[in-house]
Amino acid sequence: MATDRALSLSVEDVSVHFGGLYALTNVSFDVAVNEIVGLIGPNGAGKTTAFNVICGFLRPQTGVVRFPVLGRENLRPHQLARAGVARTLQGVGLFDRLSVLENVMAGAQSRSGGGLGVGLFGLPASARGERELRQEAAAMLERVGARQYAGALPGAIPYGIAKKVAVARALMARPALLLLDEPASGLDERELGEFADLISTLGESMSVLLVEHNMDFVMPLVHRVVVLDFGEVIAAGTPHDVSHNETVLAAYLGVGE
Amino acid sequence: MGSFLASRLMTDIFGGLATGTVIALIALSLVIIWQSTHVLNFAQGAMGMFATFVGMNLVFHGLNYWWCLALSVVTGMALGALTERVLIRPLYGKPEINPIVVMIGFLGVLEAIIASIWTTNISMLPSPFSEIYYEAGRRTILVSPFVIYEVIVVALVLSGIALLFRRTNLGLQMRAAALSPEVSRLLGVRVGRLLTFGWALSTGVGTLAAVIVSTGQVLAPTNMDGIFVSAFIAAAVGGLESPTGAIIAGVSIGLVEQFILDFWSTSVAPLSGVIVLVIGLAIRPQGLFTRQVSRRV
Repeated sequence: MATDRALSLSVEDVSVHFGGLYALTNVSFDVAVNEIVGLIGPNGAGKTTAFNVICGFLRPQTGVVRFPVLGRENLRPHQLARAGVARTLQGVGLFDRLSVLENVMAGAQSRSGGGLGVGLFGLPASARGERELRQEAAAMLERVGARQYAGALPGAIPYGIAKKVAVARALMARPALLLLDEPASGLDERELGEFADLISTLGESMSVLLVEHNMDFVMPLVHRVVVLDFGEVIAAGTPHDVSHNETVLAAYLGVGE
Repeated sequence: MGSFLASRLMTDIFGGLATGTVIALIALSLVIIWQSTHVLNFAQGAMGMFATFVGMNLVFHGLNYWWCLALSVVTGMALGALTERVLIRPLYGKPEINPIVVMIGFLGVLEAIIASIWTTNISMLPSPFSEIYYEAGRRTILVSPFVIYEVIVVALVLSGIALLFRRTNLGLQMRAAALSPEVSRLLGVRVGRLLTFGWALSTGVGTLAAVIVSTGQVLAPTNMDGIFVSAFIAAAVGGLESPTGAIIAGVSIGLVEQFILDFWSTSVAPLSGVIVLVIGLAIRPQGLFTRQVSRRV
């Protein structure tokens, strides 16, 4: 791998095993600054395990997860947001009794430096900050195309919109690296198209790693693809190269079985 | 006008509001704790009384009532924060009965500590405003300057807390943390600090209520016991999750109590909370003001 690129994420020789079962074996890949990378593979290939290792939910037995431009490594889940890494949750994970707008505002909390002290002793300032945050969240909803749902509760909006709201919430943290867990699941054709357009624009200002098994969704969207199978990286490269790779075709598409 | 204000109906309404607003205040403090940490704080009354003793006892040593009030509320907030950190934090994730048992024990401990430190105190805590009721002609209107002060203070505190939760970033974080601590942590919300702050806020409010209840009374460890039961019922009838529900139920209990006292019997009046509880839970067992949480399938 080229070493002259500035990296947002570097997964190095990561192995995870549960008892005798190897979920990941010496997995290495990286995501450069402002690069969109898709981590794909058939069901059971280890995608979710890899995602959980990156997010800090799982500690690898060997190897390390670095965030070079952030100067951090092996972050715990609750440290990600403050370090500059935002993520969406599989499913949606919105607060069911906060409005859509408030949900998006909640995404900015990792930025508020002063926290409780400022909030408590500077309540007028806190109220002013709240108004600015409200406007910023409304603009973010506009950007993802969900502005008209600002006042609704998450339970009352279509699933495709809820997924966009979840991305808007993650973007409020102004992350350097955005981790998307199965962003395409549960979306219909039209929603998939809109979602792909949205993610494409994100690469201008941040790195994106999306973990996804829907290849049709991933391929046109990403700069590079990393393919996992049986817990190992079997291919990595541009979507064009990977989609013509014999090993990938055999493993992923079942060709040659 | 004067005779209308002094009518039996208005007298009962004024009397009911005076008690009901304080019940609402205590009920709200219970809801704040329940929302953030899912603890039924049986020691809330005693914690407020402890802080009241620390601050208001200095009135008898010549300190100004308002300084003592401020000291009491600050002491209450510190006690609330400390309680969350020391007694409650180790119990998160354990069965919900555990904090209940701990807080009932803490209630006994606090009342014993108060009784052992301030044993000789049998003085009445003087009121900063007259507690003499206004009169219209020769008829009494059940409103005194102190009652007006009390209702205004409670209204200000209630609206201040509503603004805090609805219109500040701190309030947004508290609501998010209450709804889903796990997701909030992932978004970078410092949930632990917010839980401590929730307890501090709640105990501060509870202490304010304890000072109001104790003003014009002998300062005694058990001052809050009776009204605390009503407040507990108000919080339960309101659905525990709902600040609005707790406030409406609290004021209602105050009014019902006053009308029973006047039209029925003084011995039945203490049961009015139970009557509201039975009727309220018969109509809506999940609480009058809880929203149904709909789930997508």
